[in-house]
Amino acid sequence: MKIIACVKRVPLTDALVKVSADGASIDPTGLVYSLSFYDDLAVEEALKTKEKLGGEVTVLTLGASDASKELRECLAKGADHATILLDPAWAARDARSTAKALATRILELGAELVFCGRVATDRDQSAVGTMLSSYLGWSCVTDVTKLELTATGGTAERETEAGIETLAFSLPAVITCDKGLNEPRLAGLKGIMAAKKKTIDETKPVDIESAVKVLKVELPAARKAGRIVGQGAAAVPALMDALRNEAKVL
Amino acid sequence: MTSILVFVEHRDGTPRRASLEALGAAAATGLAPIALVTGPGAAQAAAPLSAAGAKKLVVITGGDHYSPDGTAADIAAAVGAHAAVAFVAAASSAGKDLLGRVAGLLDCAPLADCTTFTCSGGVFTVQRPILAGKALVTVQSQSKVCCATLRSNTFAVATGGGAAEVTTVATKGGKVKVTGVAAKGDAKLDVKEAAVVVSGGRGLREAAGFKIVEDLAAAFGNAAVGASRAVVDSHWRPHSEQVGQTGKTVAPQLYVAVGISGAIQHLAGMRTSKVIVAINKDAAAPIFKVADYGIVGDAFEVLPALTEAVKQAKAAN
Repeated sequence: MKIIACVKRVPLTDALVKVSADGASIDPTGLVYSLSFYDDLAVEEALKTKEKLGGEVTVLTLGASDASKELRECLAKGADHATILLDPAWAARDARSTAKALATRILELGAELVFCGRVATDRDQSAVGTMLSSYLGWSCVTDVTKLELTATGGTAERETEAGIETLAFSLPAVITCDKGLNEPRLAGLKGIMAAKKKTIDETKPVDIESAVKVLKVELPAARKAGRIVGQGAAAVPALMDALRNEAKVL
Repeated sequence: MTSILVFVEHRDGTPRRASLEALGAAAATGLAPIALVTGPGAAQAAAPLSAAGAKKLVVITGGDHYSPDGTAADIAAAVGAHAAVAFVAAASSAGKDLLGRVAGLLDCAPLADCTTFTCSGGVFTVQRPILAGKALVTVQSQSKVCCATLRSNTFAVATGGGAAEVTTVATKGGKVKVTGVAAKGDAKLDVKEAAVVVSGGRGLREAAGFKIVEDLAAAFGNAAVGASRAVVDSHWRPHSEQVGQTGKTVAPQLYVAVGISGAIQHLAGMRTSKVIVAINKDAAAPIFKVADYGIVGDAFEVLPALTEAVKQAKAAN
């Protein structure tokens, strides 16, 4: 089975962000990137699936050549191939153009199973995985915390506000991975050495115009300075008074 | 009149609050909202949805089980049939799941978790948080159909609507089916939708320490329990309760952070709460920088007293 893990490098979650001088983008200066948290889960699930059902794993990203650092880590963990759809202006792409470019490449690679993270922790859209499934005409299950796969389909669990949903689906499929699905492995020394010899394909994505116009990027207004109402349990009456009469939330 | 399609979640015909808010946001654009409902009891949602601003109701019938791709196809078909210029849903689990599917079917760019949603001269402009709320981006949709999910606890529910015209459409069906739902044990409120969130962190020392957090949440009545990443990673609490960048983003009326130091990833997930209260032993904890009111002290001393005070206040109301 040909399996693809779609990944994206994003600023570290502890990054402090600044707005660029143009007022319509994030200033990339000083930002340190890593794979999006949930994409690590996607890579792990792809590797686990290969170990169980056979096949090969391709790690696919759309980005700049810098992404080869993260892709090589995926190769070190056991991925067979890695591809970058090269776009130096990747940070400005919308979800639609990204999904269309990825879908085109996924079809070229002849894959049957695609794993994505639940969300990329930069744009926070949770959209590319589901969009891929619509463009490909495939099954899709999102936010998966438990997965059972066979060669033709599977069952999955996902968490909703109402509880845990169980879903049945057929292959080909796009699965988006949530925390709890697995514990990503670390690369071993042997894998790291082997990954050094593997090539990372770089290819141009299909050209699709953006359908979103960014007017402005801004930092949220700072919260009004608060105050310490007191120390220990003795401060509870003062807090209750503030919540009731000042904040009016009781 | 130009239409805007709203996917409405409901339970046996009672619409969910977050969906009514999405309907309210749709109505506020001045376009005519069409509410689409599916599943058992959907037709019974007609009265509450009419009252909350729906001009038309599309009831999807057939299909024994909810199908996410089937529902997306039903929504895309309804958008076409009514020449709707936008599709909106609550940024809930189902709404987020549908957004990309529908946007893909309509070949439009999706806009998730919007905190503003306006339409002027046929052009939709929204604001949405990125990087878990560390920045806000204002964008204009240039798609033929603006596809968006709207953050809960952000938009007002409309009132005083008339009777909506009801049409029934058979589902197109899909490849993925929900075969079961294991409901949460005790009808617990979801952390994203509760009016009050009481969150705990490392300061509670161990999993059992969350008892005092649960007690305070119970005293409020309309509260959910939240957790920091540290305690979720330690398996003290489930991931469904995690607030922050790799958990949920919440915006309740009142957020009480107990024994949470306030790492930037956590602050990103709760900083838009209306009122923030922090209780922490460490007066230098970053959580106090975003808190409206703070108590420096041991959670195990402060919380029982606060729980008692809240109980008394609730009893007096």
